[in-house]
Amino acid sequence: MLNFSIIMVAIMLCAALALNLWRLLIGPHIVDRILALDTMYINSIALILLYGMYNRTPLYFEAALLIAMLGFVSSVAFGKYLLRGDIIE
Amino acid sequence: MSFAVELTISILLLLGGLFVLVGSIGLLRLKDIYVRLHAPTKATTLGLGGILAASMVFLFVQRGYLSINELLITLFLVITAPVTAHILAKVAMHLEVAPVPHTKNKHLLATAREQQPPQLDNEQDTEKDA
Repeated sequence: MLNFSIIMVAIMLCAALALNLWRLLIGPHIVDRILALDTMYINSIALILLYGMYNRTPLYFEAALLIAMLGFVSSVAFGKYLLRGDIIE
Repeated sequence: MSFAVELTISILLLLGGLFVLVGSIGLLRLKDIYVRLHAPTKATTLGLGGILAASMVFLFVQRGYLSINELLITLFLVITAPVTAHILAKVAMHLEVAPVPHTKNKHLLATAREQQPPQLDNEQDTEKDA
């Protein structure tokens, strides 16, 4: 039962990623694209955690933590660049 | 692994996956950027919280110790999600992205670009002197 529900949730997450990718492609403004990219980071963290549960190993937490930090830093860097024209002043 | 444990983990997983999916549907379907900020920043944080809780229960049953890594990821996301949303909202107001027509207090959007950071007390004193 656990494997079945893990696969079901993985399918739901992949559908969510596809919807985010659609918003990333059509997004009328650049802020929409940054928001879609940030959401894709969060969804991929969930997908990596699911993969770790599927393989019964706790090995992927460091990867998830790294992706969380990279997603936050890159979103803030995009925002700062659009807001100030520079990232580190 | 007993049936009750598997049921608990499955319910947490399905709840989390459902919230993530709802957040992405909201990101795709809502009308403008200010409304769109609501869907992913709230729903994916809660959805990822469900998946992390499921992973925590899973590792606790499998290995016999309480894993702290999930709590770290949850804490990090809870701290960073509002910061990202705030910065993106500021960027949208700075670039004057058009809101949906029936937005209230639209005149505040026009002044957001000219807003200055709060001045310190000694700066105000020097301006008075000048």
